Amino acid sequence: MIADIVLTTLINGSTYALLAIGFSLIFGVARIVNIAHTAFYMVAAYCIFYGTHRLGVPPILAVLMAIILVMVLGFICYRFFIEPIREHEAAVLIATIALAMVFQEIVMLIFSGDFRTVPPLLPGYLEFGGVKIAFQQLLSIAAAGVILAAVWTFLTRTRLGLAIRTTAQDREVANLMGMNEARVAMLTLVVSVALAALTGAAVLPLTVLHPHMWMAPLIMMMAVVVLGGLGSLKGSFTGAYILAFSEAMVVFLIPKGAFLRESVALSIMILVLLLRPEGLFGIAFEEER
Amino acid sequence: MKRPMILMTALMAFLLVMSIGFPALGADTIKIGVIGPMQFVQGKHHWNGALMAQDEINSAGGVKIGDRKFKIEVVKADSNEILSPTDASNAMELLITREKVNFVVGGFRTESVLAMQDVAMDYRTIFLGCGAATKKLCDRVGEDYDRYKYWFRITPFNDVFLVKTNFIHLATVGGIMRKAVGIEKPRVAIVGEKQAWVEGMVKASEATIPKLGLEIAGIWRPSQMATDVTAELSAIQRADAHIIFTIFSATVGVTFAKQIGDLQIPVAQVGINVEAQKEGFMEATGGKGNYVMTLNTYGPGVEYNELTKPFMDSYVKRFGEEPVYNAATRDAIHMLVECAKRAESLDSDNIVVELEKWDEKIPTGRLKFNKDHDPIWGPGYLTGLGVQWQDGKMVGVWPNHWKATPEAPEITYKGIKPYKLPPWFIQKYKK
Repeated sequence: MIADIVLTTLINGSTYALLAIGFSLIFGVARIVNIAHTAFYMVAAYCIFYGTHRLGVPPILAVLMAIILVMVLGFICYRFFIEPIREHEAAVLIATIALAMVFQEIVMLIFSGDFRTVPPLLPGYLEFGGVKIAFQQLLSIAAAGVILAAVWTFLTRTRLGLAIRTTAQDREVANLMGMNEARVAMLTLVVSVALAALTGAAVLPLTVLHPHMWMAPLIMMMAVVVLGGLGSLKGSFTGAYILAFSEAMVVFLIPKGAFLRESVALSIMILVLLLRPEGLFGIAFEEER
Repeated sequence: MKRPMILMTALMAFLLVMSIGFPALGADTIKIGVIGPMQFVQGKHHWNGALMAQDEINSAGGVKIGDRKFKIEVVKADSNEILSPTDASNAMELLITREKVNFVVGGFRTESVLAMQDVAMDYRTIFLGCGAATKKLCDRVGEDYDRYKYWFRITPFNDVFLVKTNFIHLATVGGIMRKAVGIEKPRVAIVGEKQAWVEGMVKASEATIPKLGLEIAGIWRPSQMATDVTAELSAIQRADAHIIFTIFSATVGVTFAKQIGDLQIPVAQVGINVEAQKEGFMEATGGKGNYVMTLNTYGPGVEYNELTKPFMDSYVKRFGEEPVYNAATRDAIHMLVECAKRAESLDSDNIVVELEKWDEKIPTGRLKFNKDHDPIWGPGYLTGLGVQWQDGKMVGVWPNHWKATPEAPEITYKGIKPYKLPPWFIQKYKK
């Protein structure tokens, strides 16, 4: 059972981590609470489905097309719907909710509410301790690991990564040092939605597509971000695996209460916040200068 | 100046005639609201069935009620009920108050249908249910007849009988397992989504499964919208289950079947899986839905009576797919029209009296209501089918030489084929 819990934690934790890091990035850099983040993940998943099933292109090409399309979509959304109201955080939050709903309805119109799946990139399974594990699950864990490592390298080893981290630490100082903060924010949003698209690509063969598939991960992603500390990438990473672990424990230890997995995870988040309001790795909020 | 005045007067007179004339034309139309989740398969089939009925009645010249001739007009309402019971009750309110429909057919999700039922009853509008199974919907008729008498369920039969039929399927598959691979007491994992209609079924399963010579391996209750159940599946494998008794109406039915198929987990899936009742199930599961067995109303090539084949054929010809049970809106509309004809009135109270007397064949069997306006289940009435996905196609597998009691006659509908265990199951357990 321990192996099952570890495996489940790794799969779900990696998905949450990928989504939460993207969400955390744009919040940290531009203070944009992008509720539409998981809707970009849903759009990417449908693009991959469309590419592989309707256009008949190879999966890798479909993934690339989906990432580019979602990045362009992210750019358009930022330029026309977010940037003009960026200084009003509540308005941005509401605008991104509206964007997510618009994406959902458009997908519903094009693909209907029917459920869809895509075949695994790596079919087959292996038996481990009497339990079957699909190769695709292992591939998804590996893909998530590679993507997380690439993000880490990008943020710590590139000039743009440095700019993003600097802006996240202090927007005003970054501005005073001559950095174009608005441009960094725009690029960060594009990077963050690309991460959402990559998450869609990594987990797509394991899941079922439907136009509302963005809602459940949104709740967990926000819980992860709050638990880890708003804007903290390290916090998002750690929080993702903590919540995924708690979910796995619920399913394995209380089978009748499997539907409570999200509630238990959110309760853990509340408990941590009661003890440490800034989250695990967050910095206590200070007044804006 | 005189000429424009004459023109203006003529125009006003024309508009006046039109405004009076149209309601007069409208009075010869029976408007029937069709309510359902129109963006989803269930709603689409609600609408398809209703369109069929409308065209069949109108092309036959309409219906004569008393000394007046009426045409049928079906009005579509998207209840969005899978996501929001509030949207559903608003949609019902609009159908009755704005569209001024005479009757309503449809509904799918219990929580939403309960809310819609109350709105319809407030307006004393007949509402024929074609989707929700909860017994409570009809219990309300018995509890408060004067208020709820305008509600009748056409399909499916209620959850008590659904579960009863499922237990028969479960016992049948258990018997096949004993015979094929020698498992004396197959272990059953009960997996029911977390929804209101499942609660009673899980309790009944706990009480009944041991009496069927089967053993309970555990109970799992995933979310109905779960898109990943690998954790549950690992736990079910650990529990050494041979059969998974599924109680699903939503996404989780696809997720479950797909992930079991991906991993070729050696279990037989029996129960209700609404997604597996649809023609798109194999596409939805990426071709991994084989060997899933579910209760269903229609099965390709299966005939309950002489009305089944003509209905199925014309449905497939018109819409290019097999109907799901919600397409019984067709029967519902035909019944409403026939009862209005017999009552010689469009008055709801008079039609209720005629519906209560209804005892006739429809394409899914013989329909007669009990005192709570619930269809009677059993041999000779409605029984439903057991269907299984075999080689990418849905086939009817139950009733196959079924005897309700030792004395009862054996029932096998035309077109039924033998049930198949998954080959990887046989491979694992064959001694």
